[in-house]
Amino acid sequence: MIHDFTYLKPGTLKEALSMLADHKDECKIICGGQSLLIIMRQGLLVTDYLIDIKGLDELNYITYDEKQGLRMGATTTHRTVEKSKLIKEKYPVLVAVEGKLASIQVRNWGTIGGNLAHGDSSGDLAPTLIALGATIKLSSAKGSRTIPLEEFYTGLFETALNKDELVVEVQVPFVRPRTATAYKKFNLIENDQGIAGVAATVEVDQSRVCKDARIVLSNAGVTPIVAKGAEKVLIGKKLNEALLAEAAEAVAKEADPVSDIHASEEFRRHLVKVLTKRIVKQAWEEAIR
Amino acid sequence: MEKRLLKLKVNGQEYELYINPKTLLVEAIRDHIGLTGTKRGCETVSCGACTVTIDDMAVKSCSVLAVQAEGRHVRTVEGLEANGKLAPIQKSFLDHGSYQCGFCTPGMLMTSEAFLKENPTPTREEIKEGIEGNICRCTGYNSIVRAIEAVAKGNYKGE
Repeated sequence: MIHDFTYLKPGTLKEALSMLADHKDECKIICGGQSLLIIMRQGLLVTDYLIDIKGLDELNYITYDEKQGLRMGATTTHRTVEKSKLIKEKYPVLVAVEGKLASIQVRNWGTIGGNLAHGDSSGDLAPTLIALGATIKLSSAKGSRTIPLEEFYTGLFETALNKDELVVEVQVPFVRPRTATAYKKFNLIENDQGIAGVAATVEVDQSRVCKDARIVLSNAGVTPIVAKGAEKVLIGKKLNEALLAEAAEAVAKEADPVSDIHASEEFRRHLVKVLTKRIVKQAWEEAIR
Repeated sequence: MEKRLLKLKVNGQEYELYINPKTLLVEAIRDHIGLTGTKRGCETVSCGACTVTIDDMAVKSCSVLAVQAEGRHVRTVEGLEANGKLAPIQKSFLDHGSYQCGFCTPGMLMTSEAFLKENPTPTREEIKEGIEGNICRCTGYNSIVRAIEAVAKGNYKGE
């Protein structure tokens, strides 16, 4: 049963931030609530105040230009991202990821800001956005700061958000030429949350040598894990099976998975290894194209 | 806890409810308004039995606060029928025997209705993806897909 709370519905971001400043020790933000209401019903989360920012249209936007890249407001729904022609053209991996995220119903109501702030390490969006080099903008009544999304996740369902801050925007930089990103999760039911997943970005030079790489693991630790060792394996090399195997071994070492009802630690380690080979190869081939 | 007045528009009708803000949309619809067509299933956003539409979008009413639906138009399975006539999707489900126990049907109908509005000429694969958020525990998916397909093919136009 959900514990009682006082419901607050700000009309503007400014109002939301001032409510947050007033109640920072005893409140929780709800946006789509597709994860939050479940844990509240399970009694895992009890709050005195619930601040509902879903109605904040000023945070519901997608903008793009070559200089600033992509900017998405926190209350943008998953479905809006999935159906955006602009994102499909510029960041096709995001549309692919959204299409396999939960169900249409969840994507219709759930928001990207809520998803990222929830901090579930089995999420698909965070590792993909980290692989794309995304940054996240956090605001409080005192001001705003922007940090790399990679640094946003600090522990199990824990983020770098201060008590008086909320997520207002995700920023994804312009994709450089000969660069591609891919993501794949393994699960038993398609669209379910991943038992483990891997996002990879590969940038190649004109002679098809890897110039830069990003490998980010999902559900292979308490936060999304950036496999820096595996990235180093790839940089300066040309694509071949032995190289993929070497990168996969490095990923398996960097993963820090737990055992749960879905999979054992060993199986998850195996999964990120297999997925790394497939996804790095896919990103590499798309980058060459 | 302080109750509040909530104006909710369901199936074209305005309701005034006096509720605790933690009331879920499915609870408001079933327990306060008394429309019991919408089912409570898993209550963890998995099964889709509680699917209704809000402003023509399919959503799971077990995971939306009733207060969040204020100022929007909620439609439940009871709202599909008009003037005593079943909607095409309902007629098609009937003709194709698309139920065994029937528990998933209201949710399946609402998901299908919203999906077909968005994509009136889907492929079989797209239909399957479209109802991915709804579980039929009896596993009667084939007849459900056939029913949606029949509506998409225009077999129920002018019904």
